[in-house]
Amino acid sequence: MSTIRIDNVSRWFGNVVAVNDVSMTVGPGVTGLLGPNGAGKSTLINMMGGFLAPSAGTVTLDGETIWRNEGIYRHIGIVPEREAMYDFLTGRDFVRANAELHGLGDREAQRALATVEMEYAQDRRIDTYSKGMRQRVKMASALVHEPSVLLLDEPFNGMDPRQRMQLMDLLRTMGAEGRTVLFSSHILEEVEQLAAHIEVVVAGRHAASGDFRKIRRLMTDRPHRYVVRSGDDRALAAALIADPSTSGIEVDVREGVLRVEAADFGRFTELLPRVARAHGIRLLTVSPSDESLESVFSYLVTA
Amino acid sequence: MYHPTVARLTYRGLLGRRRALILFALPALLLAISVAVRLLTGADDQTAANVLGGFALATMVPLIGVIAGTGAIGPEIDDGSVVYLLSKPVKRTSIILTKLTVAAGVSVAFSAVPTLIAGFLLNGNSRQIAVAYAVAAAVASVAYSAIFLLLGTVTRHAVVASLVYALVWESLFGSLIPGARTLSVQQWALSLAQRIAGEGAVDAEVGLPLALTLLVAVTVAATAFAAHKLRSLTLGGEE
Repeated sequence: MSTIRIDNVSRWFGNVVAVNDVSMTVGPGVTGLLGPNGAGKSTLINMMGGFLAPSAGTVTLDGETIWRNEGIYRHIGIVPEREAMYDFLTGRDFVRANAELHGLGDREAQRALATVEMEYAQDRRIDTYSKGMRQRVKMASALVHEPSVLLLDEPFNGMDPRQRMQLMDLLRTMGAEGRTVLFSSHILEEVEQLAAHIEVVVAGRHAASGDFRKIRRLMTDRPHRYVVRSGDDRALAAALIADPSTSGIEVDVREGVLRVEAADFGRFTELLPRVARAHGIRLLTVSPSDESLESVFSYLVTA
Repeated sequence: MYHPTVARLTYRGLLGRRRALILFALPALLLAISVAVRLLTGADDQTAANVLGGFALATMVPLIGVIAGTGAIGPEIDDGSVVYLLSKPVKRTSIILTKLTVAAGVSVAFSAVPTLIAGFLLNGNSRQIAVAYAVAAAVASVAYSAIFLLLGTVTRHAVVASLVYALVWESLFGSLIPGARTLSVQQWALSLAQRIAGEGAVDAEVGLPLALTLLVAVTVAATAFAAHKLRSLTLGGEE
């Protein structure tokens, strides 16, 4: 059982602050590190993996400093986001080399390759692999010494749905075995499917931490804004505002659109087409005006 | 201190890349020149010393040192694959020493050995000229490998920096400013060649004790500093 502690950590690159006074504890089980692109997730993972020194604060694994401590890698497995990985080797040679660097051998390499179901392509050179295959061989290289901590930077990028499910199952199993698994993602749904516990970072700050369901409720309970174009905006506005799921509505005459604020996201998405049909109004476009992750996250920060 | 897995990854990376072609091209060129010179002018000690000193030691050895030294680590740091080496409980000193061994081995194989053969082709090792330049090339190869391995560890523009050092400092300044010659790997190696070769066959600017001291000091210091830099190598400053 291993725990990573990040205590008042900041990291800046020149004038740019990538991580700003973050404190968090990552314990056994699967933790999702969620945040939009550029939020500082990779910077945090690099510090947890010992590839970046914090400018201020400390990053430790079970009390041991991670930075400049190569012995720590007996306990940590790393799946980097970058693609490059000795492409001139076969998958088997690559994983075996990783095993040897841990003082292990072929048996452990084969077991790791079997875990990620890559035995069928292990004798092909890595430069012939698809992105998903590379990702799985990277996983095998990180698992070869059965680490108690696994750090994965955007592990699902470029994977097809089946590979994604496989990897999720694998990570779930590892979490259930009591390993500390931390993965970063900018995709809400990925985190939702895998992690019970999440840490949210936005613009270098620690925005939220804890049980996914609670945070998700915060995210979905916030008012949702939509821009609607219809055959008869005024009639539609009148019909929608009669329902409590709509908390505000504006008829934007200049743009020729309706701006709707929905208090109850689930109910509103059912209501809108029903109301339109009942009043014989044609819906031309319905688009969420603030669905980008950044706005979801910034809502979380202010919540 | 020598890690066979690190060595295997290093030499496969070194010899597997396109720039490795230069490793074969330069010695081939030296041998071709030697054969041509021998056929055209016959065996002559001064000509042999000119070819071995002017082309082999002054140009080919540093260039091969650049390719082997920077190529032993630079590309891995550039593309990020070095993370797989560094995320292991392997001493950084051991990684650097292994990479230095491979780089030096490749340099010696592709520069000192061809120099020896070229020497025999040129004048049949008369006055020990072939052996003298081959030993000088071997010693210079080790020092260059250490210097360029360090440059490969500290800068992403290692090849350019190394070429500037090898061509501008050693060749240009070395020939213009007498003081610069004292601080030149080529001159230190020449002083060793001078000792081995027959009287008056090789000219060197630096005395042997100083040359040997500087060769060892530079090699050790560059290696130690490279290991130190590797310990605190940071990845992922992109964000």
